[in-house]
Amino acid sequence: MIEDIELETLINEVYEYYGFDFGSYSRASLKRRVYRVYQLGGFGHFHEFLSKVRSDPEYYKQMIDEITVNVTEMFRDPTFYGILRKEILPLLGTKPFIRLWHAGCSTGEEVYSMAIMLKEAGLLHKSLIYATDINATVLETAKKGIFPLRMMKEYSQNYRDAGGQEDFSSYYTANYGIAKFNEELSQKMVYSQHNLVSDTSFNEFDIILCRNVLIYFDSDLQKRVINLFDESLAVLGFLALGTKETIKYSISPGKYKQFEKEKIWRKIK
Amino acid sequence: MEENKIISNCRLVIIGGSAGSLNALMQILPELTALRNYAIVIVVHRKSTDDQTLEELITLKSSVPVKPIEDKTILIPGFIYIAPSNYHLLFEKDDTLALDTSEKINYSRPSIDVSFESAAEIFGSSLVGILFSGSNTDGTLGLQAIQENGGKIVVQNPLSADMPFMPNNAILFTTPDYVLNNEEILALLNSINS
Repeated sequence: MIEDIELETLINEVYEYYGFDFGSYSRASLKRRVYRVYQLGGFGHFHEFLSKVRSDPEYYKQMIDEITVNVTEMFRDPTFYGILRKEILPLLGTKPFIRLWHAGCSTGEEVYSMAIMLKEAGLLHKSLIYATDINATVLETAKKGIFPLRMMKEYSQNYRDAGGQEDFSSYYTANYGIAKFNEELSQKMVYSQHNLVSDTSFNEFDIILCRNVLIYFDSDLQKRVINLFDESLAVLGFLALGTKETIKYSISPGKYKQFEKEKIWRKIK
Repeated sequence: MEENKIISNCRLVIIGGSAGSLNALMQILPELTALRNYAIVIVVHRKSTDDQTLEELITLKSSVPVKPIEDKTILIPGFIYIAPSNYHLLFEKDDTLALDTSEKINYSRPSIDVSFESAAEIFGSSLVGILFSGSNTDGTLGLQAIQENGGKIVVQNPLSADMPFMPNNAILFTTPDYVLNNEEILALLNSINS
């Protein structure tokens, strides 16, 4: 494993040379990810790795893509999607126009999950889904809507567990190991690079989904990001987080009401 | 219990297990009395969609209180913590727990190796790692890391394991401080810090 001081040096140099601030990332996970990249690079010493990061912007970019966690799946936590389908979408459906934001969308699996549910609820035509990530490479994948075919069995099961009743395979075309999702789903998606650490609010939304992103941030950054979401959320809008995440240390109680036991909060004032 | 088996200055016992480990845990945990100045963290493989069943079962059977793990949960001596499904569980310097959804390691999330290695780095010699039944190799590298950082490592006696492959693999590639059956593991846990 790398030393703490080595990790802190990397954080400082990345900030100094590229302006990207990892200083508020949780250390345990970050250290493991950096160590993995360092090992893959076959460096003899950590200073060689540091020197490569400083002098090679292309390598720096690859490193950032590797360090940020980009693992996601369709209909992850089917119970959550079940509640979304049964309880939340009908409430959003009363609006003439629905604005959604997937913050930290990675390769887009959750964005396509949402589009499928909006379509089935008859709401996709009046929705606009903004999906953002700091990593430009994953956004390219997301835009294409191409996912590994081998995952479809699991996703199809998740879809059914989340209350889906259609033939899941009707949403994609299978070809040479890939599943390409129908363009009808991606027509209402807008992808753009956005850094939760340093960028500001860019619109007002009816629902913001940011699942399993805050776990990589320290408490101070979590507070800042939740405040960013608060500024970006319409009154009576919803904020959805990962199943092990909470807003309770970040925002004054009384401003949000938790939706039953789910990690969904409604902004009430 | 023999004098030389008593472990002192322990802050955390981390338990790893896979197929067949629930049986062993169900024999040991209900018999445990209060944890003397240490916490237990349990990392077992299970279905990614199984969110609460294991927590509920252990809470029901154990007289030691169980605390659910969320992002940044603080480890407190005297409690049992259970790694949630579909996340890797890591340890931070300020005694908080961290979750991570990165790639599965050896088809597993949580990975026992990942949690053991992270705990080894944070807790050093005040850590005890115990590996139970299972049919894969997860846990062996983690036990090595615990030992290298000065902690004690315990492997369930393969003869008393439902699936002996995992403890056997650990015995093959590490030098366990103890290889014990379930009753002996219970006695060891009850003697820690006494």
